[in-house]
Amino acid sequence: MKHIKTLNATVLKETLKHGGCGECQTSCQSACKTSCTVGNQSCENEKMR
Amino acid sequence: MIHQYKMQDMNIVMDINSGSIHVVDDMSYDLIHDLDVGASMEEAMNKLEAKYDKELLTQVGDEINKLMSEGLLFAKDDYEQVVVDFKNRSTVVKALCLHVAHDCNLACTYCFASEGEYHGDRDLMPFEVAKKAIDFLVAHSGNRRNLEIDFFGGEPLMNFEMVKETVHYARSLEQEKNKHFRFTLTTNGVLLNDDNTAFMNEHMHNVVLSVDGRKEIHDKMRPTPNGKGSYDLIMPKFKAFVEARGQKNYYVRGTFTHDNMDFSEDVLHLADEGFEQISVEPVVAPDEMNYAIKEEDLTYLKDQYEKLALAKMDYKESHKDFNFFHFMIDLSQGPCVAKRLAGCGSGIEYLAVTPTGDLYPCHQFVGIDEFLLGNVDQGITNTLKQDAFRGCNVYAKDACRKCWAKFYCSGGCSANSFNFHGDLLATYEIGCELEKKRVECAIYIKAKEMLVE
Ligand code: SF4
Ligand code: SF4
Repeated sequence: MKHIKTLNATVLKETLKHGGCGECQTSCQSACKTSCTVGNQSCENEKMR
Repeated sequence: MIHQYKMQDMNIVMDINSGSIHVVDDMSYDLIHDLDVGASMEEAMNKLEAKYDKELLTQVGDEINKLMSEGLLFAKDDYEQVVVDFKNRSTVVKALCLHVAHDCNLACTYCFASEGEYHGDRDLMPFEVAKKAIDFLVAHSGNRRNLEIDFFGGEPLMNFEMVKETVHYARSLEQEKNKHFRFTLTTNGVLLNDDNTAFMNEHMHNVVLSVDGRKEIHDKMRPTPNGKGSYDLIMPKFKAFVEARGQKNYYVRGTFTHDNMDFSEDVLHLADEGFEQISVEPVVAPDEMNYAIKEEDLTYLKDQYEKLALAKMDYKESHKDFNFFHFMIDLSQGPCVAKRLAGCGSGIEYLAVTPTGDLYPCHQFVGIDEFLLGNVDQGITNTLKQDAFRGCNVYAKDACRKCWAKFYCSGGCSANSFNFHGDLLATYEIGCELEKKRVECAIYIKAKEMLVE
């Protein structure tokens, strides 16, 4: 496309189908104890990739 | 839901519900804006004809229609269903924060644990308590295999023999119980030596090293009990530690306050000192403290984040790349929606354990009587309080439901909400404003990288 460049064509709701296995890290513990950012985490579940 | 913003030379359009991110030209930016505020395609086009070439506008319209049909623009919100599930979510515990030492060898001004004491007495956790905590975790973790133990304080190295014993005990259960433990530890560095470094590098999945940045900043906020600064004491130790560890799975982690609002300088200082994994974040403190971040600081601080984003890209170009925790973002393989909506899990999946074995929703609630949930002998007894945490998720918070950053932020920190508004479902506005700016910067950096490739 000429005017719009899409960076990621993942559709978030697709992850609903497999999501929620809960094996990933708790968010507050990943780096700092007062932040709650999940955008930077990655998923532990191989099947979803 | 659409969020669009301009940063430097770039127009970015985020389609929140699908999670897609688009970099667009001015024409598309304006057209999407008009559609978003309710215009029909025809109305929007007619309006923009005064400004843009009609033929090009038609092309843009076609591109937008295509993205909409693919579900990548103006996607619907299909997530309420997930939220219904949250209310019934099972009480599986997967992470514990062990307060192995309610004592500290520094006297940091902004410490929420008031020099490690947490509104209580100085105390070290005995192995008996840690062992019961591990047993409690294993017993309540259901089918979860990955379990986390965070050694926290005060200063956990003040009770390091006990930490070692606990690690060995947990490891001894892994095979039989089919569990995998990940240990993390946060330290101020004062007691780091070759012995404990070797142990940590073997067993700790992540280590957080507390340092605020430039010497004068660090020394002001992180003095030793006799009032001297601690920078010269800890910096050589941190460098040795990181070298032994091989620059992976650690963070140097600092706090900025109203007193060092030019915190991008502190981040760059840490990068210049050779650290590659850096996290520096705003202090959370009551308004009356003079070092608290105030609403009028926001414009300056947002500018600092943007400045830092540009500096980070420059550093990368000159091969001095570093990671800044809050700018890391995974656009393709990030967490699933359930994770993004669920928040930090405090009080449910994540609990803090005091030296005497009391259980609290997380380290920030430790010592506040009404949040005492139970103890390692009896487990959770205050289920009423726990239920208040079970309901915490993005869609339960009015402000978050309407917020474009919800899938990146996951609804903020319940402890902040409680501390500022006495309500677990409120939001801490200053934190939100900064969080949104960080997400914008993170996406900007990512977009730059991806478009160059
Ligand atoms: S930025 Fe604030 S309002 Fe937005 S999701 Fe996070 S906590 Fe909620
Ligand atoms: S309530 Fe706040 S401090 Fe506690 S675990 Fe959640 S994000 Fe972290």
